[in-house]
Amino acid sequence: MSSATKGIEEQVGARIAAGLNCAVPFNTSDRVLLGHGSGGKLSAALVRDRFLPKFDSAELAQLGDAAVVSVESDAIAISTDSFVVSPLEFPGGNIGTLAVNGTVNDVAMMGARPLWLTVGFILEEGLPLEVLDRVTASMAEAARSAGVAIVAGDTKVVERGKADGMFINTTGVGAIDSSFRPSPEKARAGDAIIVTGEIGAHGITIMAAREGLEFDADLASDSAALTPLVDALRESVGAEIRALRDPTRGGVASTLNEIAAASRVGMVLEEGAIPVPTAVAAACEMLGLDALYVANEGVCVAIVPPDLADLAVTALRARPLGRNARVIGRVVAEHPGMVVMRTSIGGTRVVDMLPGDQLPRIC
Amino acid sequence: MKYLSEYRHAGIARALAKEIRATATRTWVMMEVCGGQTHTIVKQGLDELTEGAVEMVHGPGCPVCVTPLEQIDRALALAARPGVVLTSFGDMLRVPGSECDLFQIRARGGNVRIVYSPLDALELARKNPDTEVVFFAVGFETTAPANAMAVYRARELGVTNFSVLVSHVTVPPAMLALLSAPDNRVQAFLAAGHVCTVMGYSEYEPIAATYHVPIIVTGFEPLDLLEGMLMAVKQLEAGDARVENQYVRAVRREGNVPARTLVEQVFELTDRQWRGIGEIPLSGLALREEFADYDAVRKFSLENIHATEPAECHAGDVLRGKIKPVQCPAFGTLCTPERPLGAPMVSSEGACAAYYNYGRFRTGGMAPAVAAASEARV
Repeated sequence: MSSATKGIEEQVGARIAAGLNCAVPFNTSDRVLLGHGSGGKLSAALVRDRFLPKFDSAELAQLGDAAVVSVESDAIAISTDSFVVSPLEFPGGNIGTLAVNGTVNDVAMMGARPLWLTVGFILEEGLPLEVLDRVTASMAEAARSAGVAIVAGDTKVVERGKADGMFINTTGVGAIDSSFRPSPEKARAGDAIIVTGEIGAHGITIMAAREGLEFDADLASDSAALTPLVDALRESVGAEIRALRDPTRGGVASTLNEIAAASRVGMVLEEGAIPVPTAVAAACEMLGLDALYVANEGVCVAIVPPDLADLAVTALRARPLGRNARVIGRVVAEHPGMVVMRTSIGGTRVVDMLPGDQLPRIC
Repeated sequence: MKYLSEYRHAGIARALAKEIRATATRTWVMMEVCGGQTHTIVKQGLDELTEGAVEMVHGPGCPVCVTPLEQIDRALALAARPGVVLTSFGDMLRVPGSECDLFQIRARGGNVRIVYSPLDALELARKNPDTEVVFFAVGFETTAPANAMAVYRARELGVTNFSVLVSHVTVPPAMLALLSAPDNRVQAFLAAGHVCTVMGYSEYEPIAATYHVPIIVTGFEPLDLLEGMLMAVKQLEAGDARVENQYVRAVRREGNVPARTLVEQVFELTDRQWRGIGEIPLSGLALREEFADYDAVRKFSLENIHATEPAECHAGDVLRGKIKPVQCPAFGTLCTPERPLGAPMVSSEGACAAYYNYGRFRTGGMAPAVAAASEARV
């Protein structure tokens, strides 16, 4: 931390040279300084003035070396994820919303009830504190609505140019309910494949924001905690649930391929049943992308037994986040590991995994 | 979606396919020129719907695929050069050069950026006067006007840190090369609608007459392609060989005159190497002498970069319609989208990528028969 210490010394030196004394607030910078990660007074002030009031968590407020929590559960689910999205803020959310919802959703997809989160910030020197404030406010709001407490945290500051504004790592812990254990290898022939909402909004929004593309349409990230939808499935399908996944990077197509491979089953999708918002479909047409491979942050894919599909869809649609839930296809015994789509005009094609990111085409 | 869903109507598609099958008294071999059309055909399974009446062979109209290896190597050399930003359409980044691709150059510290328009590259140059910005100008006649505009604007604005690595090709000479080959099987063409949006279709009329082939200017949606096939089948059955315009909502006989004028002002015809095919006389566009300052090859002395294509890649046979992608011995084994031998396996318009991504490799050429289709109805 020598460079961080040096930063503080320089400031102190400058203040002394200016004839000021310690009665002046130590730092009134509106940007992140190396000292904010030093473990000294600036760090303490950052935690005390900016993090604690927002996150409002008894465990966090103890400021111990570790959070102490107690849980009554047979098992717990733990997941960790790092968030490096650029730009930091975009229509429908920011890196903080993603960092909370993304990890909450990973825990929820195991059938667990998300309870706690830890947060690690890596901040770039010079980041405007107002951006940090907006991000932490969004995190607090997302955590509240997902019903999780932020119980531990860490902050490091790196020199300007060594991070893209900020990176966030979150780790989530949830309590497993043994009567609701979805798993990607549980899909069986005949099962219904459900998506809980319209697909593609997040990925297209980020791409448009990143590349400065202006579409004449309302596009916003769908980032949201999926816990209400998991609750709906827990209540309607219960122990009969087969698989749950949130189709983030790689989109619905990659997620279904993973489940098909893990369960050694085939899948048949109906192109006409897949809910793609008009703005997403239009952007995909222009850029030569396929919405099935575009990232989502507020949608999940559920595999349920055929006789419970209607019940599940009805329960999902009763929640605001699930109002566009629908069955998009079936699990079949044929062509194990392969996902096939029946096109709207009656042809068929395989929906495979992509080797990498989708790339916009030439013309 | 307005102006798209109308052209994907399932009922009309089935009716058109039925009419094609009813009209054809034999199987006619036709080629769709453009890679975008190839993808619609394979993605939507149009070849299944018209099986027996039409055999589609896939043409050379994938701009990424026909960009010669040495131009890729030149782009790689530029991208690796300090002080240069190489800008490109996203599609080009995974195309293999002799040693590596642009993604790998970027990982090693090269400055490669995806842009959506050559004018964005020009803007980048204006905002970064200390950096040399090069745009990789590939494509058929479709992308030529925008690329010409970027060079024209650069000169108008006095921007000197902008240049283009030009690898433009044109459709008619390629059609002539295919038709004059002794083993040609193509009996009709579905011409590339977007190329004709710019160029019109009068230049196809002598080709249709000389080689006695119907040429149908065709769009890119399923109904466009099916209607184009039907128009071609009707001509073939009647013994006609005319140019017809299916894509009337976008194409006029004279094309887009201001765009053509601009292209002619900035570019001139040149002999051009086509990847996998070889040199075709007067089949490319090069910057005119008065725009030579914007030619990246001259500016960075890239003339001495030459390349030899790998022998095991049969991309040329695929691009000429001689073989289907699945008939290539390397397909799906030596050559996959993860480790491509040739560009048609990489590009979103490449025929090999279409066959691979939509799963034709697993089923011997045709789309998988969905045995479970009846129980799969949702």
